[in-house]
Amino acid sequence: MTDTTATQNEAKQGRKLPLHALGPVLALVALIILGASLNSNFLSYGNVTNVLARSAFIGIIAVGMTFVITAGGIDLSVGSMAAFVAGVMILAMNAMIPVLGVGVPLIVAGMGVALLAGIAAGLINGLLIAKVGIEAFIVTLGSMGIYRSLTTWLADGGTLSLNFEARGFYRPVYYDGILGIAWPIIVFALVAILGELAMRKTPFGRHCAALGANEQVAKYSAVKVDRVRMATYVLLGMLVGLATIMYVPRLGSASGSTGVLWELEAIAAVIIGGTVLKGGFGRVWGTVVGVLILSLIDNILNLASIVSPYLNGAIQGVIVILAVVLQREGKSAD
Amino acid sequence: MSAILEARGVTRSFGPIKVLHGVDFSLVPGEVHALIGENGAGKSTTMKILGGYLSPTDGELLLDGKPVRFADQKEAEEAGILMIHQEFNLAMQLTVEENLFLGREKRKGLFLDHKAMQDEARTLLERLDCHIDPRTRIRDLSVPNRQMVEIARAIGRNARVLIMDEPTAVLTGRETDVLLDQIERLKSQGAAILYTSHKLDEIARIADRVTVLRDGAHITTRAAEGFTEHAMAEAMVGRELSDLFPAKAKGADDVVLEVDGLTVPGKVRDASFTLRRGEVLGFAGLVGAGRTELMEGIVGLRPATGSVKVNGKAIKAGSVLAAREAGLVYLTEDRKEKGLLLGKSLTENLTLLALDRFGKLRIDKGAEDQALTKAISDFDIRVKDRDMVAGSLSGGNQQKLLLAKTMLAEPQIVIIDEPTRGIDIGTKQQIYDFIAALAAEGKSVIVVSSELPEVIGLASRVVVMGRGHIAGELSGEDITEDAILRRAMGVGELTGASA
Repeated sequence: MTDTTATQNEAKQGRKLPLHALGPVLALVALIILGASLNSNFLSYGNVTNVLARSAFIGIIAVGMTFVITAGGIDLSVGSMAAFVAGVMILAMNAMIPVLGVGVPLIVAGMGVALLAGIAAGLINGLLIAKVGIEAFIVTLGSMGIYRSLTTWLADGGTLSLNFEARGFYRPVYYDGILGIAWPIIVFALVAILGELAMRKTPFGRHCAALGANEQVAKYSAVKVDRVRMATYVLLGMLVGLATIMYVPRLGSASGSTGVLWELEAIAAVIIGGTVLKGGFGRVWGTVVGVLILSLIDNILNLASIVSPYLNGAIQGVIVILAVVLQREGKSAD
Repeated sequence: MSAILEARGVTRSFGPIKVLHGVDFSLVPGEVHALIGENGAGKSTTMKILGGYLSPTDGELLLDGKPVRFADQKEAEEAGILMIHQEFNLAMQLTVEENLFLGREKRKGLFLDHKAMQDEARTLLERLDCHIDPRTRIRDLSVPNRQMVEIARAIGRNARVLIMDEPTAVLTGRETDVLLDQIERLKSQGAAILYTSHKLDEIARIADRVTVLRDGAHITTRAAEGFTEHAMAEAMVGRELSDLFPAKAKGADDVVLEVDGLTVPGKVRDASFTLRRGEVLGFAGLVGAGRTELMEGIVGLRPATGSVKVNGKAIKAGSVLAAREAGLVYLTEDRKEKGLLLGKSLTENLTLLALDRFGKLRIDKGAEDQALTKAISDFDIRVKDRDMVAGSLSGGNQQKLLLAKTMLAEPQIVIIDEPTRGIDIGTKQQIYDFIAALAAEGKSVIVVSSELPEVIGLASRVVVMGRGHIAGELSGEDITEDAILRRAMGVGELTGASA
């Protein structure tokens, strides 16, 4: 019953959102100005491409995470899941070389394996959460350990490497692009645009928000609650697969330390972007801004030698906490 | 006698909107002063100002005859003014004792003195004639007992003024009786009580004085004696009230809904009944008789066995969506927790049930906007602005929004559970007219209600439930309070068998 009053307070605040929503954007603009004034290379084509391409992995995953969190869930397993999917993809591709040879069919087959592995991993999380009814935090805490450990086991404690020739053939998927825009950036942009449309314009997005705001109301309004909840995890799993497809050609390998802490970066980006952690309201474009803020901090610290890059994590941590404090300030000011 | 607490010419604005225009209100020791008005008349704002939750924009508050300004509700509490909310301010996971002493725990050295607190809690509750163990957790208590704990907490803090915001909205008839007795007792002990309720019979029974508000303005304050319920209602609405209930529709002969042997495990046993086209069928019974559970079982919100046929065709069990597609919808009694997303916009609430009508892949926002315009005019929803969230609507307008949302699915059969819970008389009449209009259009309506006059006034046939099964059926002239109650309590079955 105290919940009701809490939602009402938040509701009043919801109407002020346009002003609030500008916060992350202003922070992003400030970071760009800061970066440009500290280092003339900051806005160079090379640096911008580098920053965007490297944000693409977390970015693609964070878009999926936005749906999970909006629907009132959480997924801690995405980093381990990415490592596991990468491992499976590499093993599958190496195994298929004798049959398919090194060429486009091998790459397409590898991508298919990665997507399917991601979907399957997401489906397992989703089933346990929506159908069996175990808390999302617990399920994904468990699967985080499972996927991480399975990857280490597959690699026998070492590194799984893609066949040398195949790696050479696959490399352009990360390093090339069209019209000078790298593939990961294009894919990230497409995922972000589709995600934004899905969140704002489709029944699925509306149902996610309804479910996160009040599951009972959603159920009484003929929303297939279990199915929507499961769909958010499957979507996220699929996007983890997609991110892995873009990631594997970068290094051509996977190990037990691939994707460590990605889940926290993705969740941080979602929260910085203004999505409510306990669900009910999500903003995909905000998540994109969040991802960019996190990567720019990293990039600026590396380019400018004022603050040690080792403090990157600390600064990102401060930003996350600040973002939530600012959201709350708006509430109490009401 | 002089007033403990008095408001003089109090006004209050929220931004540019003035919601109170110079309200006078006073509370004298040993009296119950009722504050009545329609939803949105300014009752809540007045209570919050008296309770220290809001400060007046203009006008003054007098405490024992001296001007006073409460910085917050804590200061009011220290002055002995306590407000008991409609939504309780209790920590669900804590025990009764812990709640009663929250923030003013008794200690013995470093540790809590549980024994002393439990003893005092027990004494407090016994004074209220409420026999619950202080060690029970609030979440394990029934709603009326939670209410008692709230009151005990107020008394425990030596309240001289009690502000009660619709305390009986969630109580059954018997529980209400107990509460009203307690209020009488508190009054005789010298407390001043501000009481609000939409149930005018309670006001007539318990109040010494009545103040009527309408549209934020003070209409009248007069002695309750000789102030009839009808006169109160007219003062609230500001016009003459014709008959509260519209004429009853007779209904056609063809059956649209056939429920056969429906069992909801642990709640309802083997319930069978039929509903005809254009009929208003009432469901009466005591709280806990299983009416809500039966309805939720019918529409697929609860696991149930047995058959439900709409127009002769069985509908898929356990699917709210399948029921809706068959033209069968259920309007919940709990609009705040199950009916509306209080933090979301009016539009998002309105279209949630029938969202697929606004586009399978892409929601047509233009059509949604038109739907809102239409709903606002069709259902006379009073909105301050179209972008407001559902939670800021008054109770009656929330109920109208919920009705509009349900009707957007274009149902053939509408089950309405407690259609007028916690809403004022003017809105009640609108909802009754609306139900009658539905039936006249050839739709079929089931009205589940704990208010007997409502069931009797609306329904042409009444099914009575008792202890999880259908205890009888009444129609036409046979529908009387006495007949319903006898069946609900299991006395009617005997007469039925011998007849």
